[in-house]
Order: sequence, then C-alpha cells, then structure tokens
Amino acid sequence: MSVLEVRNLQTHFFTDAGVVKAVDGVDFTLDEGEVLGLVGESGSGKSVTGFSILRLVDAPGRVVGGQILFRGQDLAQLSEPEMRRMRGNRIAMIFQDPMMTLNPVLRIDTQMIEAVRAHERVSAKAARDRAISALAKVGIPSPAERLEAYPHQFSGGMRQRVAIAISLLNGPDLIVADEPTTALDVTIQSQILAEVQGLAKETGTSMIWITHDLAVVAGLADRVAVMYAGRIVETGATDQVLTQPGHPYSIGLLGSIPGHGHRGQRLAQIPGMAPNMARLPEGCAFAPRCFRAQDQCRQNAPQITEPAPGQHLRCHFPVLEREALS
Amino acid sequence: MTAMLELDAVSRQFIRKLDSIEKLARKLGANLSESCVNAVDGASFSVARGEVVGLVGESGCGKSTLGRMVAGLLPVTGGKIRFEGVDVTDAATPAAKSARLRIQMIFQDPMSSLNPRMRVEDIVGEAAVYHGLTSRREMPDYVAATLEKVGLDPAYAQRFPHQFSGGQRQRIGIARALAVKPEFLICDESIAALDVSIQAQVINLFQDLRRDLDLTYLFISHDLGVIEHIADRVVVMYLGRIVEIGTTEALFDAPRHPYTQALIDQIPRLDGGRQSFRTIKGEIPSPLNPPPGCHFHPRCPFAGPRCQREVPVLRHEGTRAIACHLEDGGTE
Repeated sequence: MSVLEVRNLQTHFFTDAGVVKAVDGVDFTLDEGEVLGLVGESGSGKSVTGFSILRLVDAPGRVVGGQILFRGQDLAQLSEPEMRRMRGNRIAMIFQDPMMTLNPVLRIDTQMIEAVRAHERVSAKAARDRAISALAKVGIPSPAERLEAYPHQFSGGMRQRVAIAISLLNGPDLIVADEPTTALDVTIQSQILAEVQGLAKETGTSMIWITHDLAVVAGLADRVAVMYAGRIVETGATDQVLTQPGHPYSIGLLGSIPGHGHRGQRLAQIPGMAPNMARLPEGCAFAPRCFRAQDQCRQNAPQITEPAPGQHLRCHFPVLEREALS
Repeated sequence: MTAMLELDAVSRQFIRKLDSIEKLARKLGANLSESCVNAVDGASFSVARGEVVGLVGESGCGKSTLGRMVAGLLPVTGGKIRFEGVDVTDAATPAAKSARLRIQMIFQDPMSSLNPRMRVEDIVGEAAVYHGLTSRREMPDYVAATLEKVGLDPAYAQRFPHQFSGGQRQRIGIARALAVKPEFLICDESIAALDVSIQAQVINLFQDLRRDLDLTYLFISHDLGVIEHIADRVVVMYLGRIVEIGTTEALFDAPRHPYTQALIDQIPRLDGGRQSFRTIKGEIPSPLNPPPGCHFHPRCPFAGPRCQREVPVLRHEGTRAIACHLEDGGTE
C-alpha cells in the first residue's frame, strides 16, 4: 500500500520574467517504509517538489495542478487548518539549514513540547518525556540536560539532529528531508546518515530524501528519481539507476562524479548548462545538452515509458541494455 | 625533484584582544584572558613543480588559512615559506612580491571575489596591465585570448559578473588568475559551490590547463572524491595540524592515520551498494580549546594514555608521513 502518490504535480512561479514551471508534471509513488532518493541539480525542481507536498510553497509560487494523495487523501484539496494538522504530525520536513526549523530565541524544550502539544492533548510532563526519548534516538548525549539549551549552544551537526528529533516527535508516516546533510562535514554527515538509516528501519517511516549527491542516495535509498528541469526523467531501483542508467542525463550525471576508478582521467562531462526555467526549449528540455538528441527530441516532449519493470524513463532514445557507449 | 614551494613549520595564530571593558574587568579581578586559536600549527610540506597537491580536512582544520598564507594574503606568525628556494615569508620583501604574482588563488565563491561593478574585461585585464604583461591598448585582445583558454566566449567581455551562471563565474575567476601568467595556482574549494555536471566541466578545465600551461596546484577541498581524482599527493589536516601525507594511491588504498582511515571510510560511495554508514564517534572539537596531546584522541578508537599527554610528531618515511603514536612506539 502506498503512503504517498503524487500525480501530475505542477508548481509554477509567476514572476515578472514569465511563468517558471519549477515542477511540471511530476508523478511518483512511495510505499510504506520506503526511502526514495530525489536527485537533481540546482533548479531542477527537487526542493520545490518537497515543499509542494507539504504545501509550503510561497508566492509567487503556487501548486497549479495535480494530486498529492497521502493515504488516499488529496493534500492539494485540504483547507489550511486541515493541512496544519498534517504538518509536523503525519508528515514532517527536515530542512537543509536546521535554523529554519529552530527558533533561535527559544530553548529546545519549549520548541519540542510545543510541537507535541500542538497535535495532541498530553501533559507537559509526557510531552517532555517524549522529547527526551526523541533526542536520545538521534544520538544526542544526556538528552535531559541538552533540552534546556538554546539552539546556538549546539554545533551544526547537533542542531541537525535536534531538527530530525523534532520531525520524529509525533511518529509521522512520511518525512521529507531536503538536503539535510549537505552543509555538514564528512564525518558528521556519515553519523547522521547512520542514525537516519537505523531510524527508518526501526520506525518504518517512509522518506523522501532530496539531495544533489548521488553517492549519499546510493547508500540510503531503495529507489531513486532523477529530476531535470522540473520533470522526473528516470525512476528505478537504486542499484539499477546507479549501475544501468537509461536516461542520457542520468548517465552524464554519474559520469561527472569524480572518485574511484578513473583517477586522473577526464570526467565524462555534460556539455552546456542547465536551461533557463522561464524559457525552456521546445520538446525535451535536455535535448540541447544530450549526446543522443535527434530532431524528434527538439520537437516533442517525450512521454514516460517503462522499458523494464520498475524502471520509468522520459526519453525518446533511452540507453537500454548495455549498448556500447563511446 | 626540487621543491617549488616549501613550508617549514608554518604556523598561524589568531588572537582575540580584549576590548576596553574586558580590560577594565580584568583589572578589577575578573578572570579574563585573550583567547587564541592555533589555526595552523607547525605545518611542513613541499610541492614539486608540475605536481598537484590536495589539501583535505573538515571545517576548522586550517586548510584555507594555510592556502591564504601561501598566497601571501595572510602573514604567518611562525615558520618559513620558500618559493623556488627564495624566502617569501615576509610579504613586504621584493622577492615575496614577485612570488605573489606567480602564485595566484582561485576562491570558492566567485560572486564575492569578483567586483560586481566591473566588466569582465576589466576584472581579467586590470592586473595584467598593471604588471606590464600587456598594454592598455592591447588589453581587449589579451583578455579575449585568456577567456578562450578557460572556455568562455570573448564576446562576453563587456558583461558584468551577475550576468553569468555559477560555473561561468568560476571560469572568470580562473581567467583572472591566469591573466598574470602564474605558475602556481591555489584553488580554495574552487568547485565546492558548483553543481555536479558543472563541477565536472571545471575539473576537466583545471586538468587541461595544467597540461597546457604547465601549472602546479595546491588544491584545497573537503571533498575527498575530488581530491582523489585530481591530486598526485594528498596532505590531510585535523585541527591545525598535518596528520598524514602520501601519494594519492597509497593514501586512499591504505590510509594509516586513524583519522584518514575514518575520513576515507566514510565517503559515501556510488559503488558500495546499500551500505551501512560507519561512523567515528564525537564532534570536531572547538579549535579555541583543542584537546591536549594528539588532537584526535577523544574520537580515536585506538587512543591510549600517551595520546593524551604527548603531541605526535610527523614522521617521514619516503613519500609518506604520519603523525600518530601507533606508528611510533605505541600509545601506552
């Protein structure tokens, strides 16, 4: 049974320079306990997709179409009070900068107890106990004392743990995490990823992990969705997307990552740069940078195909099987 | 191989002086003292001509401070820097000034290192004219040639920095550095702010330039994947001190310092499949108040009593150097 089903989601920004279709027809489903990695470069619409699910898109942006079915209920149709009951309760979000979650002038306990009592009638004592156990779960030592600290008294990694603890407070069914480890150092990032991996297994919470770093997703996600210019261009099981990508963009992205295996050699770069979202090219948005593009790509936008079970591609000429890629 | 750049026990302290109220409070008996950070603490290594040396470490390890001292942007508080055998430690000497022209730096954020009110032509050409590498009349052609080297269309020379994308802006920063014909480039997190596909383009550009212009690099980054790809040798820093030096192959295949081991172990890898993330415990300590002895001992799985007492020295064996008691008679 799927926890979340997003159908043809469209979020547009109405700017002076024209309508920016930041998210333009995104479909995906998320099963119970599943971790989906949503990958893309800046401006691909990955964060806006996450914000749209929680209906946190600010003007001039607006969700203009599509359905966001959370356990069968369309979040796009909920009234604002109904949506507020969802946020932080059934669906939680972790932001890149934990200071977006934390109020700098309130102690951690005030903020955590408030988050519990906003959704449930429990005593302050019970809420406090729940806060302590949430902090312990994310690996904060002596949680009872740390509750009385202010956000500035924590290091960056610890702040992010507090933000994750807050997201866990009400036992949500879905957590949307927007680049939560991007600003952290390597050793701190791997600590947080280890905690999150353990928590996802233990609580069975479904997760959407938004990142630009394919390597993070490689170790964490069950499935990966790759976004480009407001659309998902490829979805599949993590192993498949990483080892046998079908979309030329996914192939280029993987080839761009430096590291093991091709030390000192030239990287297989993608030519050109990300398109201007206010003036997308006709047809497939990736065509001007694509090594396989033909006339058809410049005229018609490709539809989603499913060449193998579980593998969804939005490409006229996907790389199927292991053709010789030269 | 003779060293192009030599650092000999280079140190940098930052001291926060007490303000007048704090001085008064101290006179009245308050227990206040000047706080002092040893951002770089006795760093010694060398870079040979044509080599790419990667400098890695996490935030606060002093890698950027070290880069700035080599570039002559920040005076050293201890030790010596030699460039081509000439002492350039004191930035006011003529030798240091000429070295500074041959050593150029490329910064992380091109938006804050490019003057937003200058046109690209002036940004790139100004220093070259000042140093007599070209005349004011020939500058447009000189700039055009430099822009072509970094893969920018010379037709953009009259534009301002904000009219470019992040990757293009970084290319302008590179063009500005190349305009004075440097031999040594310091890249301080120069690609950290770029998207993966643009990052690959700039890495390829760095490698093409190295080949075409015979450049030597000090490449500073927190991203071990990038360092592994681009560097010939790697220097690892932790809280102001060098903990390990080695050739890239040797260091990545068989790291010997526990901190290097932890760092390399913890890079998320594409080819690892679904991995369990392994961790080392603890946080990076505050450089204001670093642990005594070996700075890494509170997080080190192999630490013993000696690590708390005694600072390990960097011991050289051929191309390898390690600062760890495990390699030097044990931790007891």
